Amino acid sequence: MAPNNDKKSKKKSGTKKATETTVRIVAADHGPVSEVVIPALECHDVDVYYGTFRAVSEVNMSFGTNEITALIGPSGCGKSTLLRSLNRMNDLVDGARVTGSVTFHGENIYAPEVDAIEVRRRIGMVFQKPNPFPKSIYDNVAYGPRVIGMKPDSMDDLVEEALTQAALWDEVKDKLKQTAFGLSGGQQQRLCIARTIAVKPDVILMDEPCSALDPIATKRIEDLMLELTKDYTIVIVTHNMQQAARVADRTAFFTARPDETTGNRTGVLVEFDRTSDIFTNPKDPRTEDYISGRFG
Amino acid sequence: MSTTSTPAQQSFATGKPGLTALRKTPRHGERVVLGAFRIASLVTVLITAAILIALAIPSIGFFSQVPVFDFLFGDRWAPRFADSSFGVLPLVSATAWTTVIALSVAVPFGLGAAIYLSEYAHPRTRRVLKPILEVLAGIPTVVYGYFALIFVQTVVFREWLQLPTEAFSVLSAGVVMGVMIIPTIASISEDAMSAVPQAMRQGSAALGANKMQTTIRVVFPAALSGIIAAVVLGVSRAVGETMIVAIAAGQQARIVGNPLEQGQTMTGFIANAALGDSRVGSLEYDTLYAVGLLLFAITLLMNWISIALVRRFREAY
Amino acid sequence: MTSLSQSKSLRGRVRGGDSGPLSIIFLFVLWFSVFFAFVFLLTLIVTTWIDGAPRLDVRMFTEFPSSAPEDAGARPAILGSLLVISVTALFTLPLGIAAGIHLEEFANRRNWFNRIVELNVQNLAAVPSIVYGLLTLGALSAVGVRDKNIVIAGAMALSLLILPVVIIVTRESLRAVPLEIREGSLALGATPLQTLFRQTLPSAVPGIATGSILALSRALGEAAPLLILGALVFVSFDPNGLLSGYTTLPIQIFNWTGRPQEEFHVLAAATSILLLGLLLAMNSIAITIRNRFQLRW
Repeated sequence: MAPNNDKKSKKKSGTKKATETTVRIVAADHGPVSEVVIPALECHDVDVYYGTFRAVSEVNMSFGTNEITALIGPSGCGKSTLLRSLNRMNDLVDGARVTGSVTFHGENIYAPEVDAIEVRRRIGMVFQKPNPFPKSIYDNVAYGPRVIGMKPDSMDDLVEEALTQAALWDEVKDKLKQTAFGLSGGQQQRLCIARTIAVKPDVILMDEPCSALDPIATKRIEDLMLELTKDYTIVIVTHNMQQAARVADRTAFFTARPDETTGNRTGVLVEFDRTSDIFTNPKDPRTEDYISGRFG
Repeated sequence: MSTTSTPAQQSFATGKPGLTALRKTPRHGERVVLGAFRIASLVTVLITAAILIALAIPSIGFFSQVPVFDFLFGDRWAPRFADSSFGVLPLVSATAWTTVIALSVAVPFGLGAAIYLSEYAHPRTRRVLKPILEVLAGIPTVVYGYFALIFVQTVVFREWLQLPTEAFSVLSAGVVMGVMIIPTIASISEDAMSAVPQAMRQGSAALGANKMQTTIRVVFPAALSGIIAAVVLGVSRAVGETMIVAIAAGQQARIVGNPLEQGQTMTGFIANAALGDSRVGSLEYDTLYAVGLLLFAITLLMNWISIALVRRFREAY
Repeated sequence: MTSLSQSKSLRGRVRGGDSGPLSIIFLFVLWFSVFFAFVFLLTLIVTTWIDGAPRLDVRMFTEFPSSAPEDAGARPAILGSLLVISVTALFTLPLGIAAGIHLEEFANRRNWFNRIVELNVQNLAAVPSIVYGLLTLGALSAVGVRDKNIVIAGAMALSLLILPVVIIVTRESLRAVPLEIREGSLALGATPLQTLFRQTLPSAVPGIATGSILALSRALGEAAPLLILGALVFVSFDPNGLLSGYTTLPIQIFNWTGRPQEEFHVLAAATSILLLGLLLAMNSIAITIRNRFQLRW
């Protein structure tokens, strides 16, 4: 089946030959519809365990290329856990285990012969609290390319390009050698985004990237996210429903289901659909309750 | 299957071919380095094993010639005399005296300093006083030993106070050792008291208690396991200390009856005996290790107790 | 009941408050504890200074020990201390830092064996110093070394003594680096070793350096393990190599303190001042490093 080359108003036509799924998607408020989406990442029957505790249960969903997918839901329902499983950051936690498969362009990233380091070079992550390195702004951005062995013709150009894409260049171009700790919270977060895109990943995962920022900084990052979908696929976990409604093409709603035996709460995917559908016409009563503020 | 290269692939000068580049690359250099780190950590286990072996082998030789009972409960220590005797009680009595004296100095003053620093002192005062306490901990024990002998014993006890004591005494060594241990007791006790949540103090104050009552009745009991850990660690340090007692407590191994007398501690014996010439494998040589083994066992026991107590108070909050 | 009479009835209630007699006595007792420690320290320094000042002269640095106190100096002790500490640093720092890195960054904490290793390090830190002397003596005898009064043997004993401290200090310095830094590095696709050498370790270096210098200064002041190895001999030559005989400042102090003649006590005091001065210098360097370079997160 030939890849569908319908252009959306703001999307590049680069497509990948991979499993195609026909899903009705609507670019919410962002433009015309495309019939076919080619997922960059997919989850098939994914469970995430910490030791014997099942943190996330049976997730089946896909993340569309060059789209923003939001994971929403009350706290404690495994959204961040699932996000961290998408680039194998959960490997760092003692006793964490993922069953099922997470496929990146068709390849299961949890296959035994797959190197987690390579996965993370292609699936980047921005964290909730900005975590710049104690180095200069320049070195923060150049760090990723240096460690993964990129040898660009001009590192200066690469750094400038990343900072420009992250909408930070103008603010820091005169102080590239100064320490990153001197930047404001919003600037630091954009710096973290810049260093993530400096290694040119396919996917960017964002774990509540704006929760530590003020509303103005938040707005700038949301605008940035929309710009970035030209080149990247974005998955964002957010507590803020309005944020999901503003930026996401598709949204997944999670909730926590108490385990009968232990009383621990396991995260389950309740509903996954176009953002507009989730918010105006939710199919599951739990989704409706959350969206209307009856619990959260 | 043709693939338009993604941005991820375009940027790699090496041009990794497609997504099978997710395969593991053998990073040999890394594994060697990580292995070296692991071996370094195993060396510590080797050291403990070596200590046990080094102490045990000569001790076995010793106990094949001297019955354990005679060693542990005999009251005459004369290993080098013609009619030798290997009862370790004299050494133990001197060690006990110096330890008790040291703790009777270190515990009150150490706790007092700890309470003051933790509950009463202004942060600026703390910042000045804490380093001074640390200086006490940093003074080499030889210098303490010199001070104990030349000043405390000779000038203070004999000249100024005219006490009936000779050139050496367990009292002078014990007192000076006590001051040396003050920082140990103070710092661990202070940690324990600082770990008591502020909410407890506020609750007590809200009931109308004044600061002294809150400190004595609320904070102190709550920090008790940490304070006991500090005391136990102090005991361990006192028992294991060598130079102060070797210089100031005396070289005569005898059961010590009163603190103004001199005596030889376990550590003092080991230090002094090593100054002589003991042939490896001889009974004299083995004696060193038998006493060393006893010393090691006592301090190890103290340390285990202290570590267990510290873990309890750290977990409680 | 007016509010005025209510407040009057409260006045007698709280016994003493913070300014009652008992509280004042208590505070005085506490303050005295600190005062006592401070006065003791001051007395020690002052009397040592007074005793030793007469001999704090060039001869201390240039002369060798001698049976005639007027001719004696601490030159071999100074050189010996410096040499032994340098070799100790060479032995213990790479080993201790590597072990600390493994235990803090790479060891699986839930593994029972690793927990024993951790506990073991804590125990080793509290073993009396003289036992390390016995250990080195036994080990060298087992290997057949006759004369154990050599620089390398002394350095071995001191290295074993401060190794646990270096490990603990390394671990604490690594632990102080926030997890987010490591996560940020790994999320970009760096390997664990790259993260260690490019992020974690550089940030931990000031703490490790400070702690190591303090550990080495402790080794500088130690005499007991060296005594066991036979260091108390009359040394009238400069140490010249790892297998050379030697003496150190603490050993020299011990030697001179034990002599009956008053003049030797003066020498001991003067040497003590030297030793304290050296320690003060080392500690100041350590603290300067910490204050200037330590990152505050």
